[in-house]
Amino acid sequence: MEYTLLFLETAAEMARGETADAPEYWGAWTAYMGAMAAAGVMRGGNALMPPATATTLRIADGKWAVQDGPFADTKEQLGGYVIIDVPNLDAALEWAARAPCATAGSVEIRPVMPNPPGT
Amino acid sequence: MSEAARRGFEDAAARRSVEIAARTSYGRLLALLASRSRDIAAAEDALAEALEAAIATWPDRGVPANPDAWLLTAARRNLGHARARQATATTGAATMALLQDERDSHGAVPFGDERLKLLFVCAHPAIDASVQAPLMLQTVLGLDAARIAASFLVAPATMGQKLVRAKARIRDAGIAFAIPESEQLPERRAAVLAAIYAAYGTAHDTITGADPRGEGLAGEAIWLARLLCELMPDDPEALGLLALMLFCEARRPARRDAAGGFVPLRAQDPHRWDAAMLAEAEALLRTAARHATPGRFQIEAAIQSLHAETVMTGVSNPGPLLALYDLLLATAPSIGARVSRAVALAALDPAAACAALDALADRCATYQPWWAARAHLLRLTGDMARAHAATKTAAGLASDPAVRAWLLATLQE
Repeated sequence: MEYTLLFLETAAEMARGETADAPEYWGAWTAYMGAMAAAGVMRGGNALMPPATATTLRIADGKWAVQDGPFADTKEQLGGYVIIDVPNLDAALEWAARAPCATAGSVEIRPVMPNPPGT
Repeated sequence: MSEAARRGFEDAAARRSVEIAARTSYGRLLALLASRSRDIAAAEDALAEALEAAIATWPDRGVPANPDAWLLTAARRNLGHARARQATATTGAATMALLQDERDSHGAVPFGDERLKLLFVCAHPAIDASVQAPLMLQTVLGLDAARIAASFLVAPATMGQKLVRAKARIRDAGIAFAIPESEQLPERRAAVLAAIYAAYGTAHDTITGADPRGEGLAGEAIWLARLLCELMPDDPEALGLLALMLFCEARRPARRDAAGGFVPLRAQDPHRWDAAMLAEAEALLRTAARHATPGRFQIEAAIQSLHAETVMTGVSNPGPLLALYDLLLATAPSIGARVSRAVALAALDPAAACAALDALADRCATYQPWWAARAHLLRLTGDMARAHAATKTAAGLASDPAVRAWLLATLQE
């Protein structure tokens, strides 16, 4: 069964990637992604550029609203995601627990919808 | 003291009495309530209602002289009401008889201890092994499903459903609240011990940087093991289990340095170990040994005792350590024990240790301790390129950030 792990990080945690902590920060993520690849569970995924680089678009009443920044200004922001193929939620939770942001942030686990209903 | 302050003070005192009664007597009361009907869920509801009533009435009327007796009486009354409601709906002669039975028992001494029977029920072979430890934690200690779920790393809803199903099974399958017959006893007792150990998690600190499977509910598990030793004082394996947990627990303060970094066993400062816990563990192990019936937990405790001695004296004992692991594998084979044995073997024959580890590769693709051990052994044999790769995988599989950081730091050495 496919699950998406959404990696949510605090601003402080994300900033580590660009400071003196960078080797440690990226070392942990590289090791984690490497372990998922080696275990053969990884179906895809990406790290995302920081939320400050986001542009958000909304169209209401035919009017376009383009906004700098992410869709919502929350304490934790999406830093990246992977799609993994594992037998069940327990296994997905186990992989989520290994994510470096599980302690400094959180991981949201969402089953991938096999096919939109009614198609 | 003003009236309001006095009132607040008494409320707080009453509330604290309820909390203390709940913590120390929960399992004892629940076992008494459920042992006859076998309906744990109904007993839980009745006890919860009694605790609520205590919080509501004790501040006004004062804490009763015997809080446990008060709670038991109130909970029994609640159970009776619930059954009576059911009985009018279904007409159950058996239920009415049971109800009468409960009333008659009021005169009897209310404080027998049925918790050992409750532990045996929780670890009954008809109950799914993965829910046995959670069931003990909930029924004996009154922990809620969400807290238990978190320490077993499953979704709270899943844990809740599993617990509900297990309780329904105990009631519907009529699993007896009884101490098993002597021919079944060893196997059933082993299940009780294994479930308590599962609640502890495997908080071992190793020399290789293996990731402990969470701290689990270490304090609660030790409490359960103490209870078991109290209820079965002549059982050497119960003593061994408590000794094992205390050996591991004694080292907890030394497992982190001042900056929160992971400290592997061989680098730990024995002065930071809990001396009282260590002494208790050694004494338990000696008492257990007098029975001259070694078992899995006594052997594991002996291994931890030897590890502790090695760090304290600086003199390693690879021969006796290996012999203990061989004994453990003959008694209770497990992947974890095989990996640990390979690490012990490395002190005598690194090449043979690597081969022993390689033989487990198929079953250990995502088993972090195997990768940490592999990294350690490859480093010993000087195969640095493969040691680096194994270290990275071990770090990627670690869920403890301190262990992960420690493993990644070894790449820089």
